[in-house]
Amino acid sequence: MNRIELKVNGKTVSGEVEGRTLLVDFLRQTLRLTGTHVGCDTSQCGACTIHMNGMPVKSCSVLAAEADGAEVTTIEGMANADGSLNTMQQAFQDFHGLQCGFCTPGMVMAATALLRENPKPSEGEIRHYLEGNICRCTGYHNIVKAIQAASGQDVTPVAAE
Amino acid sequence: MYDFEFERPRSIADAVKALKTEEAIAFSGGQTLMPTMKQRLAMPSKVVSLTAIEEMRGVRQDGSGIWIGGATTHATVARETKDSYPALSSLAARIGDPAVRARGTIGGSVANNDPSACYPAGVLASRGVIVTDRREIPADDFFEGMFMTALEEGEIVTAVKVEVPETAHYAKFIQPASRFPLTAVFVAKYGDGVRVAVTGASESGVFRWTEAEDALSGDWSADAVDGLSAPDGSDMISDLHGTGDYRAHLVKVMTKRAVAAC
Repeated sequence: MNRIELKVNGKTVSGEVEGRTLLVDFLRQTLRLTGTHVGCDTSQCGACTIHMNGMPVKSCSVLAAEADGAEVTTIEGMANADGSLNTMQQAFQDFHGLQCGFCTPGMVMAATALLRENPKPSEGEIRHYLEGNICRCTGYHNIVKAIQAASGQDVTPVAAE
Repeated sequence: MYDFEFERPRSIADAVKALKTEEAIAFSGGQTLMPTMKQRLAMPSKVVSLTAIEEMRGVRQDGSGIWIGGATTHATVARETKDSYPALSSLAARIGDPAVRARGTIGGSVANNDPSACYPAGVLASRGVIVTDRREIPADDFFEGMFMTALEEGEIVTAVKVEVPETAHYAKFIQPASRFPLTAVFVAKYGDGVRVAVTGASESGVFRWTEAEDALSGDWSADAVDGLSAPDGSDMISDLHGTGDYRAHLVKVMTKRAVAAC
């Protein structure tokens, strides 16, 4: 067993983990932070994307023991202090950037990481950055629009069809 | 996953010690190793993580070249070599996806020597030297074949050194599902010659296309590649994504594109 201590959404947490414990299992099962989803468990889909020391990582492909000493942010740490949706989350709602919602936590975490690196990404840059996040509902179009809107850029209104 | 022992040493010396156990494996980001272990294609009894070893991290100028710590992530290499070696930065920035680049490391990539990995081509073309806990190995002698390197049991890649060429480019024909290259070519032009390294194509892993190197050293132009015949397709990887002949054809096309983009 390995003793780990890390910060999750600003709070210090600790625990004993086996070598094989995945960070996503520690978050979901030990800390009960079930907002982070496991889609594929093979690091293809990105539903489990979280931030570790400010960088997006797939928590199904990080060992919990590797996160010792790290600062982790999950989707539960994204809302504003008063509980309202933050800019990115609100944009996903406003632009209908989700349908079933399964990929959404990972999408929001990836999109937030993108804007930290590149505050005004072009449509192409957004699509490139989201290569590791798979959505089976939306066709990505509204996700891209939501991220453009969250970055303060003009988005052509969605035509009602 | 099956259970295993996990250790995260803080120094190279401690890591070498930890790796003396039988069936121990070095873990440097784990973006290949973890999926491999989940499928039990690898079943080490002990995992020794190299990610907390400070002396194995970072990018710095090293005479006329660049020293990159073995545990430096692709994201860091992409950011830190943007000005000093843009072609290498661009290679690192196109590996996998952002989350993979935040964990995967150059040391892990060269030690694994996946026949379709990006770094082996960049390091081989850049007259790289692989630094380990016990010696320095020129890239020409390091990459021995598919998933095979000159590393001994328990030997750790602590750093990779590259020479910065006059100009270079990495032309990657991406396999969009895996984001590995279907075939990719790294071309580097030095004052005294050109290097052309190919990944994703050969059954023997990364290799130098010496015919193209000779042609380009005499005439540095995309046209110089035209006169060459593509390498032998019978030695190339054949799978559902492309035949050996298709990959051999791509070697030539991507070499030409790399030179044209310089």
